[in-house]
Amino acid sequence: MSGGGVGAREVVQLVDEAHREFWSTVLASTVRLTRDIDLAEDCTQDAFVQALRTWPDGVPTNRAGWLTTVARRLALDRLRRETTLRRKLPLLIEDPAAPGDDERPTDPLRLVFTCCHPALARDSQVALTLRLICGLTTREVAAGLLISETTAAARITRAKKKIVAAHIPYRIPADDELADRLDAVLTVVQLVYTAGHVAAGPELTRADLTGRALELARLLVRLMPTEPEPQALLGLLLMTQARGDARVSQDGELVLLADQDRSRWDARLLAEGVSRATAALQQGRGRFALQAAVAGLHVTAPSWETTDWHQVVRMYDAMLLSWPSPIVALNRAAAHSLVPGADLDAVLAELDALGNEPALKSYSYLPAARADVLARLNRPAEAVKAYDEAIALTINEAENRFLQRRRAALL
Amino acid sequence: MAQYMFLLFDSEDWYDRVTAEEFQSQMKLHTAFAEAVEAAGAGILGGEALERSSTASTVKQNNGQPLVTDGPFIETKEALGGFYVIECKDLDQALALAKLCPSGNIEVRPVMDTRSGATPPA
Repeated sequence: MSGGGVGAREVVQLVDEAHREFWSTVLASTVRLTRDIDLAEDCTQDAFVQALRTWPDGVPTNRAGWLTTVARRLALDRLRRETTLRRKLPLLIEDPAAPGDDERPTDPLRLVFTCCHPALARDSQVALTLRLICGLTTREVAAGLLISETTAAARITRAKKKIVAAHIPYRIPADDELADRLDAVLTVVQLVYTAGHVAAGPELTRADLTGRALELARLLVRLMPTEPEPQALLGLLLMTQARGDARVSQDGELVLLADQDRSRWDARLLAEGVSRATAALQQGRGRFALQAAVAGLHVTAPSWETTDWHQVVRMYDAMLLSWPSPIVALNRAAAHSLVPGADLDAVLAELDALGNEPALKSYSYLPAARADVLARLNRPAEAVKAYDEAIALTINEAENRFLQRRRAALL
Repeated sequence: MAQYMFLLFDSEDWYDRVTAEEFQSQMKLHTAFAEAVEAAGAGILGGEALERSSTASTVKQNNGQPLVTDGPFIETKEALGGFYVIECKDLDQALALAKLCPSGNIEVRPVMDTRSGATPPA
């Protein structure tokens, strides 16, 4: 304990910080003891409440340790009281191979892999990760994902029930399945970031979700320091984050990467992003390493025009080889259109070939990209029609206004 | 150990064109699957192949006036053609075994604990 009392406001702030930083550690360690997620959540929550009450008398030096001890003690008390009832409840499957000491640094990682288990629906994985790893309340999860509180609660409850009833194990996957399972985890983190970044509705970003996603990525890097893909994801998110302010003009309009004032990019975030991406690329060419490479090519170019578009196209080609996806093909076509002297008719054919992809049916970027190429081919009437399609599909108001402006410029 | 039912859904067109040799080699795949389950330290508690869904009858209790109809309860393109009851460690092992199962579509369902003293599912 540090000596003397601390002001009430300062304590609230300290507990708040501890909540963001240690929630998953405390919960994960308590889950291993109770093998019951709901009980562990209650006790973890109560430990933070106790901190608010007792830290004014002295803040512990090891806050994570203090919170874990309190949460586990509360859990043991309740387990003792409720033994007869509990004995009948189905419990989480423990990993018999894991060591049995109290402080296991890998606990949060097991919780992450359990939340992102492929047997859970993707929507549930995202909601459960926000709830269990980030410690968001159901209301915050709902607000972040723009779903009703009832829907958020239903997703979380259904997922928790399935974890227990289907015996989804509480463990880190074995080496032979780690790559696939890790990809699912990273995808969830990227979805959390995207949900915050391209938020629907009046605001372009919801800082809380993007911030949470960055914290999740940092947590994964810390927990799996030798894996290149979490490092690549963190680099990718940092480079996207660095451009955040420049994405919106003074009067709240969306500014595309091409038109952004690069001096407004956050140099500190960029530097970290680029160095993380470079480190990851030296170790492998996974899906996120290649995405980070594309982002790196953008942010290290002095201007949009001088971007190494050849290299960008090459990175998308590498992605398509291992992860064929219509969205990657769309990005590839858009990059291809920017290679100096590109054959725009060929690009248009590339885009038209994607027209029947079900995955792109409600994706505003496809008609927006077609509109841009058509305008450059001097076919304004068709370009206007394509902008109309894009406008009908976008759910983001700033993006909508941007498309309207581009469309108006053609008339 | 947990128990799972593997429900094997496949196209029944296969039966229209299958030769005796092909049928036998398909059965051998099931023998190989059974060996793989044992080798993984898991076990097969039961399982059968089912006659075609056109041979199924469905009884609807119909509020005390049971109604018998021809055909399976749910008509699907791929029909339920067989099942296994597997005992294994956890869902990860069950899914790993399901990947080895010789069927186009396998629904994996945990078996409910109904021993005396068991609680209803949450």
